[in-house]
Amino acid sequence: MAKPEHEITWKELNVGCVIDEPGNAAAYRTGDWRSQRPVYNKDRCIRCGTCYIFCPDMAIKILADGYIEHDLYYCKGCGICVEECPTDAITMVDEEE
Amino acid sequence: MDKNLDRLNVYASRLISQKEYFVPGHRACQGCAEALALRLVAKALGRNNVIASATGCMEIVSSPLPLTSWNVPWIHVAFENAAAVASGIEAGLKVLMRKGRIPPKRINVMAMAGDGGTSDIGLQALSGAMERGHDFIYVCFDNEAYMNTGIQRSSSTPFGASTTTSPAGSVVPGQTTWKKNMPEIAVAHNIPYVATACSSYPFDLMEKVKKAAAIEGPAYIHILSVCPTGWRLPPQMAIHAGRLAVETGMFPLYEVEQGRYHLNIDLSELRPIEEYLKIQGRFRHLTPEMIEQIQQRVGEEYEKLKKKVRMTNEGQE
Amino acid sequence: MATRVGMEVSIAAAEAVKQANVDVIAAYPITPQTHIVEHLSEVVNNGELDAEFIPVESEHSAMSVCTGSSAAGARSFTCTSSQGLALMSEIVYITSSLRLPILMLLANRSLSGPLSIWNDHTDVMSIRDCGWIQVFVENGQEVYDHVFIGYRVAEDRNVLLPFMVNLDGFVLTHVIEPIEFLDQEIVDRYLPPYQPKYSLHPDHPVTMGAFATPALYTETKKAQTESLTEAMPYVLKAWQEFGDMTGRYYHPVETYKTEGAKVVLVTQGSLSETATLAIDSLQGAGEPVGLVKIRLWRPFPFEEFKEAVAGADLVVVMDRAISYGGPGGPLASEIRSALYAQEKRPRIVNFIAGIAGRDVAPEDFVHMIQQAQERPGEWYELYGVRE
Ligand SMILES: Cc1ncc(C[n+]2csc(CCOP(=O)(O)OP(=O)(O)O)c2C)c(N)n1
Ligand code: SF4
Ligand code: SF4
Ligand code: SF4
Repeated sequence: MAKPEHEITWKELNVGCVIDEPGNAAAYRTGDWRSQRPVYNKDRCIRCGTCYIFCPDMAIKILADGYIEHDLYYCKGCGICVEECPTDAITMVDEEE
Repeated sequence: MDKNLDRLNVYASRLISQKEYFVPGHRACQGCAEALALRLVAKALGRNNVIASATGCMEIVSSPLPLTSWNVPWIHVAFENAAAVASGIEAGLKVLMRKGRIPPKRINVMAMAGDGGTSDIGLQALSGAMERGHDFIYVCFDNEAYMNTGIQRSSSTPFGASTTTSPAGSVVPGQTTWKKNMPEIAVAHNIPYVATACSSYPFDLMEKVKKAAAIEGPAYIHILSVCPTGWRLPPQMAIHAGRLAVETGMFPLYEVEQGRYHLNIDLSELRPIEEYLKIQGRFRHLTPEMIEQIQQRVGEEYEKLKKKVRMTNEGQE
Repeated sequence: MATRVGMEVSIAAAEAVKQANVDVIAAYPITPQTHIVEHLSEVVNNGELDAEFIPVESEHSAMSVCTGSSAAGARSFTCTSSQGLALMSEIVYITSSLRLPILMLLANRSLSGPLSIWNDHTDVMSIRDCGWIQVFVENGQEVYDHVFIGYRVAEDRNVLLPFMVNLDGFVLTHVIEPIEFLDQEIVDRYLPPYQPKYSLHPDHPVTMGAFATPALYTETKKAQTESLTEAMPYVLKAWQEFGDMTGRYYHPVETYKTEGAKVVLVTQGSLSETATLAIDSLQGAGEPVGLVKIRLWRPFPFEEFKEAVAGADLVVVMDRAISYGGPGGPLASEIRSALYAQEKRPRIVNFIAGIAGRDVAPEDFVHMIQQAQERPGEWYELYGVRE
């Protein structure tokens, strides 16, 4: 994982400031932005994958059995998956302190 | 049951690859459907892809040194030149393969920009690249304003919308001009493929991107990308808003293949545009007269489009 | 071995680009650069050079195309002048920050307005701080040679910077001169194919052109400025090796009859040749006057310059650009700061002359030197202006 920006010295930068670790932003936690969190009710889920396809933050995984899992490391709590789920299998709850 | 109108493809989500080329950890706002559109485009193009990006929201959210959200080669140079940079990449890869310095292989080259980077400041570079016939895909992520710099109007901002440089004032009620028809400008270049898309229709979008990639020569895809921040819309409504844009006829989904028009979702009856306008803060100030004016224009434009579909398909099956 | 041919300098420049086996050429026509692009399109369309010639719709796109092609690993070339440079300048700064070894020939011409197609250095001086290696040449042979030298330096893994060759518009681009051509095998040996350190290819995905926040921006600039100063030994090495191969040796600062000179004239570009005539006639009259020519403009050769003027009491700098409302010409500014810390500093007088093609004859140089000797103090003047 790349060093934090405020620790990088000029000599450590690649030529032309090229980043040669593809996708290393995946280490960045966007889940901290959230004030509400999606809660999944597997019983209602018909495994359509709609929530997966519409998540702008790639925070939903489709598991091998077709059910889904939220990745709260990235989930920003936008509520799209809740809004788009055809069976209301996802609901939003406030993040606790 | 509007929520289920786009359920034709239910379960199709499970069939597509879960591999992401635009990875999580990007810094787009909550519910950014532009980031979603970008995710879907990258997914459709897959690994053999090189991207030239214009300055704008998607550039900023994906590349804060030393981090990158990109799993494919990606370059950002400036605001107005994505099409020219992509031209150079395409030419470079082509000649290096021809001269035997890199192995021959089909590599897609894609340019990406916002509506400002496309229909305003980048229009000249784009026109040049389309006219020269480079084998590349240009994707315009149209969120209908300069979002990255704080929601200023562009030529793609719709009539009436309030932005920070077309504010709804007491004398001038927001944007006074009609949205520039950028896809039609692309069509005028006689390129093999032009399409409109929206991330509320993910499978349609991805299919178009794949088609564009398979075609030789320039392809242009104009994607309506709902921006909850700039449109003043609750983030969870982003997908819904895109769907309404299509169903009201504000943003029809169509393709122009070798000059032939095809409507992807041909609505026999358009929903009243008010349904689309009323959920967005940027249109809150509109008077019934302005709404009527927009309604009329949308109807006319939709009819024009249908006419083009008929005209360009005459005598064909 | 080498063959000598009389040829228009623009054509010779294009022939050099051909011999350098350039991969991508993107350029937009502007007087006085047109003959270079025209000949290059001919060379490509006749199959003499296997390259992509991209007839872009503007200079902004010319530099952008070169940025893309160079980032993809292709040897990339452009040439422009004046307004074209001004239009592309945004991208000129970015290519150096991306460390892309593009070569540009700049046919120096005055910047509008008023519009003028004639020669001076106002175009290049407008982008002095763009981070490119910048050299000035004096004649057709030097133009030809510096296409190879330029790529050799630029593509050196220890350098990786874009390279700009300044040649005076018309007085160089449009004249016929004897050019000694290099055999292709010699060129190929001196200039092997470009092996990029990073390039845009799906087999090794990299991100180029990421933005920096204030927490890291200063470090990116430090790295960039160091890259330019550290390029100096590689420029010298490339010149040395080129000299060993051809007998034509180039130096960052070149002197003409400066031994024992108390007065030194400083010039850049093709007027240096005219200046030598003035030096000859003044020396003939017993005046201790010599000439110093600045070939390498960036990185600036501070040490070499100080050495070249070490014995002088008076330095007369001829600029071909003006810094409006400022201290005179940009070359003189540079020279003043180069010499400022010297314990014994010569008097520096600055003439701005030869603007937009206004003739400068040997007698004019003689006149400038005499004026500088007669009038005390440090000052600058627009030479020959009608009051
Ligand atoms: C030459 C130049 N002018 C202005 C800017 C400032 N600028 C950067 S991004 C941007 C707006 C981008 O808008 P758009 O292309 O619509 O993309 P979005 O951010 O909305 O996705 C502007 C005005 C710039 N970077 N370069
Ligand atoms: S709330 Fe938004 S970010 Fe979180 S999983 Fe649902 S769609 Fe994705
Ligand atoms: S959208 Fe709802 S029903 Fe469909 S997979 Fe997601 S949670 Fe299950
Ligand atoms: S401003 Fe709009 S387009 Fe930009 S990141 Fe935020 S939601 Fe997306």
